[in-house]
Amino acid sequence: MSGNPQLSPEGKLRHLLTIEGLPPEILVQILDTARSFVSVTEREVKKVPLLRGKAIFNLFFEPSTRTRTTFEIAAKRLSADVVNLNIATSSQTKGETLLDTVANLSAMHADMFIVRHSQSGAAHLIARHVGPHIHVVNAGDGRHAHPTQALLDMFTIREYKGGFHQLRVAIIGDVLHSRVARSEIHALTTLGVPEVRVIGPRTLLPAHVEQLGVQVHHDMAQGLRDVDVVIMLRLQSERMDGALLPSAQEFFKYYGLTPEKLAHAKPDAIVMHPGPMNRGIEIESSVADGGQSVILPQVTFGIAVRMAVMSILAGN
Amino acid sequence: MADMKLPDPEALLDTLAAKIRADLRPETALVGIHTGGVWVAQRLHRMLDVRLPMGTIDVAFYRDDYKKKGLATGVRPSDIPFPVEDAEIILVDDVLYTGRTIRAAMNEIFDYGRPTSIRLAALLDRGERQLPICPQYVGAEVTATRDQTIELKRDEAGRLALALVSRSA
Amino acid sequence: MRIHIKGGTLIDPAEGTQVAGDLFIADERIAGVRSAPAGFQADRAIDAAGLMVCPGLVELSARLREPGFEYKATLESEMQAAVAGGVTSLACPPDTDPPLDEPGLVEMLKFRARSLKQARVYPLGALTQGLKGERLTEMAELHDAGCIGYGQADAPIANSLVLSRALQYATTFGFCVWLRPQDPSLAHGGVAHDGQVSTRLGLPGVPVSAETIALSTILILAQETSARIHLCRLSSAAGLELVRRAKQEGMPVTCDVAVAHVHLSEIDLGFFDSNCNLIPPLRSLRDRDALRQGLAEGTIDAICSDHTPVDDDAKQRPFAEAEPGATGLELLLPLTLKWAQEARVPLPVALRKVTSEPLRILGLPGGRLRPGEVADLCLFDAQARWKVEPAALFSQGKNTPFLGYELPGRVRYTLVGGAIVFER
Repeated sequence: MSGNPQLSPEGKLRHLLTIEGLPPEILVQILDTARSFVSVTEREVKKVPLLRGKAIFNLFFEPSTRTRTTFEIAAKRLSADVVNLNIATSSQTKGETLLDTVANLSAMHADMFIVRHSQSGAAHLIARHVGPHIHVVNAGDGRHAHPTQALLDMFTIREYKGGFHQLRVAIIGDVLHSRVARSEIHALTTLGVPEVRVIGPRTLLPAHVEQLGVQVHHDMAQGLRDVDVVIMLRLQSERMDGALLPSAQEFFKYYGLTPEKLAHAKPDAIVMHPGPMNRGIEIESSVADGGQSVILPQVTFGIAVRMAVMSILAGN
Repeated sequence: MADMKLPDPEALLDTLAAKIRADLRPETALVGIHTGGVWVAQRLHRMLDVRLPMGTIDVAFYRDDYKKKGLATGVRPSDIPFPVEDAEIILVDDVLYTGRTIRAAMNEIFDYGRPTSIRLAALLDRGERQLPICPQYVGAEVTATRDQTIELKRDEAGRLALALVSRSA
Repeated sequence: MRIHIKGGTLIDPAEGTQVAGDLFIADERIAGVRSAPAGFQADRAIDAAGLMVCPGLVELSARLREPGFEYKATLESEMQAAVAGGVTSLACPPDTDPPLDEPGLVEMLKFRARSLKQARVYPLGALTQGLKGERLTEMAELHDAGCIGYGQADAPIANSLVLSRALQYATTFGFCVWLRPQDPSLAHGGVAHDGQVSTRLGLPGVPVSAETIALSTILILAQETSARIHLCRLSSAAGLELVRRAKQEGMPVTCDVAVAHVHLSEIDLGFFDSNCNLIPPLRSLRDRDALRQGLAEGTIDAICSDHTPVDDDAKQRPFAEAEPGATGLELLLPLTLKWAQEARVPLPVALRKVTSEPLRILGLPGGRLRPGEVADLCLFDAQARWKVEPAALFSQGKNTPFLGYELPGRVRYTLVGGAIVFER
């Protein structure tokens, strides 16, 4: 086990598996490149010929229309050929192992795999076993990481706040089960955000979370005080079954984002959500649709950020 | 050869501006290529009092050496704040060499729309074209060896200077 | 066959001695130590110059994968691995398929093992039928068939009443019950130590309390029933402390640690190395250091390899989906030597943990280099270093977190009952 599996020996990005372990220069390069792709998406011909002839395979072992569509659009805007594989309905159910599926697809001249899987570490496993010219992008693995989401959230923050060095950022909700939260914490701390807070009931915060470099709060009012960026996490209904929470109602009362709670943050604080939102459970509609919400721009930026990631990887 | 003297870019700007002024029309738009071409275009835009706002393009996404070199770091956003459809564009670059950058720039402009015409203005033409590209307006012609790069620099006061950089083996 | 082992260094772990000398074997037993018995004529001489000569290693937990799991490994390959590792006696857990809850299955296993004429196999019988934790097995019948103890392997007994009764019943006959302390509900779904690594990697965790709560239950019930128990695979500092106190109160309890836990911690999971997916999980550095301390002070009686060969497909999966376990018979000696060197424990004392102490736990005689003792021996080169690679292992399981490690200790000869069953 040697070195960072994401980086080539020369320190270039070979795979994007997790934000953890990436130097800030690489994160900034992705954000800067994404800026250029935003201006591409604003003109009439939204394509550039960069990845023409490249084959990008969307390997989604866990269903997701939104994320998959975003990657597909991003890949097509780079003029790449895209193949979508909804694995749940094909070879996996016939008992083919994950690695066999990947080997078969590699034989079809794939250049890049976009992988989403319900198990932490799946993207790392695939990256360990692909040939030297194939790049792997982690589109979400279990609870572990969702690096492109974190990058587009960082891009959004930079667009609205200018930089990272003076900010207070709060991440609220089910951090325990959230790959988005983990990636965001790594991105925020790597980019130099001085104060990162997590807010939630104890059952939804992982053991030793403060060792990731965050402050822990269980009180929303205190946790949001003077915050510049509020990131809401999705709460899944299964959490009630696992004796982690009594009810969605109690969660909303104490941890849902309402205008009253948002008022504890700075008046120009922005509200973000990786989506899809559970209105009335983690966030009230008036906030989701309100003036401080940047949830829709997040989606647009997501395409540009993914274009940046794919074009940097494919060229390395 | 090592002492080859490069012309003063400030003087070249005057030469270039004079040549372009003769053909300048109200529909003329300048588009500079990052980074040196943008500096030249900015100066020309002021000197010629061009009516339409200036465009800037970074050809990184259209280069033909992506497979060999990957994506450049420090890519800037392209910005063309006037309608390209039916425009009369003068593309501006600092040093014209193989012509590949110009080919990429034209492809990029065509993804914005269909201009009526594109003409090329270069501060310096060092020849040795690898593609059938030729400039309509040139400040001066120079020659250099393959291991030499000619770079345009700009100081804090905005004064331009040309430098010859040898890539030592 | 009469064998003269010449010029080696004789190690008697129980005595704590390490002395240069020859050993003489006849009629399956040690006939002479350092001086030949009168009129001894060797049929074979083994040149043991530069080698350590010690009693054969005794493995407390080796999954031989028969019956039922022959696609993972076979008796032949794993018994070969055992003697290649210098192991002359081994106990195997009852979680075969079907589990060892019927005398017939135990007899067949013993018969198959005996016919290979390699290491001695001592099966552990299932404590409950089907390992389901509900009905007791016919422990006495299983004993007659050859079981030396009873346990649940990794299957939990959720019902404390059943556990209590099982302990009472075993006590009736003086049988030893082997239990791995793990509370099933707290451990449910966990695949790694519930700590900073599992948080960063997003893996469901098994908290230390899963071990300590189960240990408390087991120790209290054992005390009430006066049962003899052996605690398997301690993994935490807090768990060790409970065992320490129980021993101080004089309870007849023994315990072991898996050799991987002596060396590794949660940090070794690295980038989701599924070779580190083990039961119990690798815990924090603090826990590892406490286990090493527990070994040195004697609270932990024995080291085992917990040999569990797993096929490659089952390991090359995302971490939480990979099958837990590591191959270990051939690494028990090298890793024990590595611990001894690092902890500065004299070699004979260290080797107790894999020879005389496991025998004591199994209730078997032996483990000494004395005339009259059965000649189960391991001759190894303590200085030789070798790289752990798939090709270097006899076991069909190539899954070990120590792949790529260079370890000390190469077995050159293994003798069981005076017969050479392995030579390199």
